[in-house]
Amino acid sequence: MKRCLVIDDSSVIRKVARRILEGFGFTIVEAADGRQALDACVKEMPDAILLDWNMPVMDGYEFLRALRAMPHGDKPKVVFCTTENDLAHIARAMHAGADEYIMKPFDKEIVEAKFQEVGLI
Amino acid sequence: MTPADYDFIRKVLKERSGYVLLPDKQYLIDSRLNPLARELGCASLMELVQKMRAPGATALLDRVTETMTINESFFFRDKIPFDRFKDTILPAVMEARANTRRLRIWCSACSTGQEPYSLAMILRSMKEKLAGWNIEILATDISRDVLERAKAGIYTQFEVQRGLPIQMLMQFFEQVGEQWRISEEIRRMVQFRHLNLIDRFSLLGTFDVVFCRNVLIYFDHATKTDVLERIAQQLAPEGYLVLGAAETVVGLSESFKPHMDKRGVYVRTGGVSPKPALAAVSPLPAAAAKAVV
Ligand SMILES: C[S@@+](CC[C@H](N)C(=O)[O-])C[C@H]1O[C@@H](n2cnc3c(N)ncnc32)[C@H](O)[C@@H]1O
Repeated sequence: MKRCLVIDDSSVIRKVARRILEGFGFTIVEAADGRQALDACVKEMPDAILLDWNMPVMDGYEFLRALRAMPHGDKPKVVFCTTENDLAHIARAMHAGADEYIMKPFDKEIVEAKFQEVGLI
Repeated sequence: MTPADYDFIRKVLKERSGYVLLPDKQYLIDSRLNPLARELGCASLMELVQKMRAPGATALLDRVTETMTINESFFFRDKIPFDRFKDTILPAVMEARANTRRLRIWCSACSTGQEPYSLAMILRSMKEKLAGWNIEILATDISRDVLERAKAGIYTQFEVQRGLPIQMLMQFFEQVGEQWRISEEIRRMVQFRHLNLIDRFSLLGTFDVVFCRNVLIYFDHATKTDVLERIAQQLAPEGYLVLGAAETVVGLSESFKPHMDKRGVYVRTGGVSPKPALAAVSPLPAAAAKAVV
């Protein structure tokens, strides 16, 4: 079974994401910020990461940079979510190592499409 | 509105566009035509129907018909047909047209343009391979409104989010406020024209690839068959037809057969059948064969 790390400071969003992704057969690990997420990655590197961009403690950008610098940190496919949709913002995330991007709020259909796009389902 | 009024509208739609509106979708008449009635200054839907019944109301009937069309579309819809276009169809038709280096592609129900633009983006990303080729993408639809939107090439965040890989968004779109506009180089690759599939289209000429996706589903059996047979007439013998995920030729037309295991992809019956993978048994083009002899 593939493991997906869901990173978001909102427990509601984590719950929604968990329900959607479990439906696609993922085992879910949750983290409420970038720091917790890095700890989870050190323990076990996931196959996929659904990453919120604006978080306290360590935001999505800092997390992604740190992740990609870790041993095996290139393994997970990272789909990041944000409410910001300007091209510069997206380009910065892609440059930092994201694979796809989802605009919030998301639904099952769009998560499925984007996870398919990066070859996770 | 009386049941007879609804029947009248259903008959108009069927005659003018082939659209069979099932009775359980009757609510669509109210939700779509009420705004149109208001726009045209009618006090009610009944008044609109009265105007439609008046002699010489052709333009209004067209307007109503177009207003009732279902235009949902998205970039790279269902993904697989576009992968097949790239990995199977394109190499085959390029081989067939190696002499003229000319390809003609037709999206026959293009809606707001996502389908032809998806093809254009695929072709653009294969620029090197296609150097020296003349490729035409003709995109047609019955609805003039969607054609205007298609030509403008402006999409919402929601529309670009569905189906469009992020790299393509970054490469081929520019941001206009909250919306996204497809780049001019992609827009220039597609020609949009008004066309009703119920009408004759033999003047369009011959195509190597025809996309006819998610439109036959709205037609009855006889209309599906008629449209498919006439598309067969416009398709080159070694050409390809691509249908929507819920559509098939089976039981409708003998002029097409499924292309091996490629779902949704069809070739002409009696046309050139797809070649086996082994190069050794692939027939050589006439000129080359002669040279070998
Ligand atoms: C659901 S959309 C499909 C768009 C696109 N091919 C896709 O698969 O995403 C159906 C389109 O068919 C068009 N249409 C309906 N009847 C038609 C007709 N008789 N001739 C041409 N287009 C028609 C509608 O205007 C609409 O834009």
